[in-house]
Amino acid sequence: MQPIRQIRSRTVVLPASNIDTDQIVPARFLTTTTRAGLGATALFADWRFDASGKPRADFVLNQPAATGCRILVAGHNFGCGSSREHAPWALVDYGFQAIVSTEIADIFRSNALKNGLVPIVLGAEEHAWLIAHPGIEVTVDIEHKTLALPDGRALEFPLEGFSRHCLLHGVDELGFLLAQSEHIAEFEYHRA
Amino acid sequence: MTAQTMLDKIWRSHVVVPETADVPAVLYVDLHLTHEVTTPQAFAVLRAGNLKVRRPERTIGTLDHSSPTQADQVFGRVPIAIESARLQMAEFERNCRQFGVELLDMKHADRGIVHVIGPELGLTQPGSTIVCGDSHTSTHGAFGALAFGIGTTEVGHVLATQCLLQRKPRATAVNVHGRLSDGVGAKDLILAIIGKIGVDGGTGSVFEYRGEAVRGLSMEERMTVCNMSIEAGARAGMIAPDATTFEFLAERPRSPRGAAWERALECWRTLPTDMGARFDREIDIDAATLEPMITYGTNPGMVLPVNGRIPADGDAVFHKALNYMGFSPGDALKDKPVDVVFVGSCTNGRISDLRSAAGILKGKRIANGVRMLVVPGSQHVKRIAEAEGLDRIFTAAGAEWRESGCSMCIGMNGDTVARGKYSVSTSNRNFEGRQGAGSRTLLASPATAAAAALRGRITDPREVLS
Repeated sequence: MQPIRQIRSRTVVLPASNIDTDQIVPARFLTTTTRAGLGATALFADWRFDASGKPRADFVLNQPAATGCRILVAGHNFGCGSSREHAPWALVDYGFQAIVSTEIADIFRSNALKNGLVPIVLGAEEHAWLIAHPGIEVTVDIEHKTLALPDGRALEFPLEGFSRHCLLHGVDELGFLLAQSEHIAEFEYHRA
Repeated sequence: MTAQTMLDKIWRSHVVVPETADVPAVLYVDLHLTHEVTTPQAFAVLRAGNLKVRRPERTIGTLDHSSPTQADQVFGRVPIAIESARLQMAEFERNCRQFGVELLDMKHADRGIVHVIGPELGLTQPGSTIVCGDSHTSTHGAFGALAFGIGTTEVGHVLATQCLLQRKPRATAVNVHGRLSDGVGAKDLILAIIGKIGVDGGTGSVFEYRGEAVRGLSMEERMTVCNMSIEAGARAGMIAPDATTFEFLAERPRSPRGAAWERALECWRTLPTDMGARFDREIDIDAATLEPMITYGTNPGMVLPVNGRIPADGDAVFHKALNYMGFSPGDALKDKPVDVVFVGSCTNGRISDLRSAAGILKGKRIANGVRMLVVPGSQHVKRIAEAEGLDRIFTAAGAEWRESGCSMCIGMNGDTVARGKYSVSTSNRNFEGRQGAGSRTLLASPATAAAAALRGRITDPREVLS
């Protein structure tokens, strides 16, 4: 995982609440055996493309203003449903680095953090403001756990110490767990 | 000692390194269930890091999500129709072989949906921690286990270390008062709970289902309830083990035997939440007032009694969902036409579910123009059903009878619902496109699904129960 300190980007807004992981990556794309390439074809496939595979002009990601946006502002309870990590893989592969909502489902949040996709939960009022102002440029600061608006206001968001450390330093949790092997062996010995 | 919840007890007995303000706990995993879809990228990480599976004997694999349900394909008489699915299953077989993980492969008599075979084999045991790269792992909590879904990166963590980094979730009591009325079952109960608290009502917490109605449920019904905890946002659901649990587990192929069984029982009896233990939150629901339920929208929280009417108004998401479903505000659901009926899945693919559907269809034909697919949750369930003649009831009624798998719940294997068609399904998700691009899913119990197949319209199953 690459270290991340700051993300400066315009936002793209998907206001619907309860966007589930079946919308983010429909199940027919899950027969893949790699993480790569899901951004181009699978991400929001049934919202982005019509039945014949043509991009739908009215979908926000197909509009010119969305090009290069790395921060997705989405409605309440983003990422609910299936545990498929293909959802954050696809979002990251497409170019997103942060998701902003008023609530982010547990498994999606956990999966996102392991892929350098920052889950940002804001209060309802601040979130509503962002929904109402698509395309504004904001700056996410991982170290200070803030999302700064163009007017200089810095909105704080929760990010626990360990996750923040992993994002800032590109730490892979597997390495951390492997380093616990003596504790694990001791636990197994006492239980046996 | 302060009074503890069942979650407290199971959590404490699996902490390898306690959590601190800075770092989550290292939590030990007793049983790791694996399948073809959410593991290939995890095995790739092990291979790249020259790592082994730490505890292959605590790991088991099955083929379910992308596996075909047509016998010809399952038993190799014709090639598997979807090439990417065939390659994915072949890769899983290779990974299991190379890393020493037991695999219930395509022709194995014990193969089935991962959440059906765990309990069936006696692998799912009270007091244990169980994970799988699948959100419906919550099913196993019906036995008084802490069981939850994980992503593929975490699948790699468990393969390599048998542990996960976790914060302790909050405990929520879901108190189900009174008893369910006749013709109202476990699926109706859990749909009503999700309807009450919403699809985000359980985020960050583990549900413990309690109360008279829950004690009165069979193990299979308890599994249906715990299975859909995730649809309310709770990662896990659990039910205290009792005589019903022990009776189910006794003599299962991989349950403890003899003295080990006696020791296990002694331990399992200590698991239930202590009197006076505090939950972070309590939710109360009255079972006696519940009716058969059916969903009308595009998430499981958009649910109504089968005789109910869609609300007259709602937010933008409500209108988007109705537009997708082709329904109007204020519509009655009863008598709306149905194209497809699916009985199966980890929610309702067990033998009691098939018996319930067969009971309604016995000696009858499904309505003209309705396609009905019945997919047992495991090969074991299939054998029992065939021994009881349920397969002949279904086929004589005009339904298709298949080999086991996730099938039309997720539609990865080609078992899909066509664009714009209405499916009454015993599965767990009615998301847009869940059963195939453009499919319209209405979630219901096996009885309500069978009644819909019989009449070709949404029907209160109590009208056709004799």
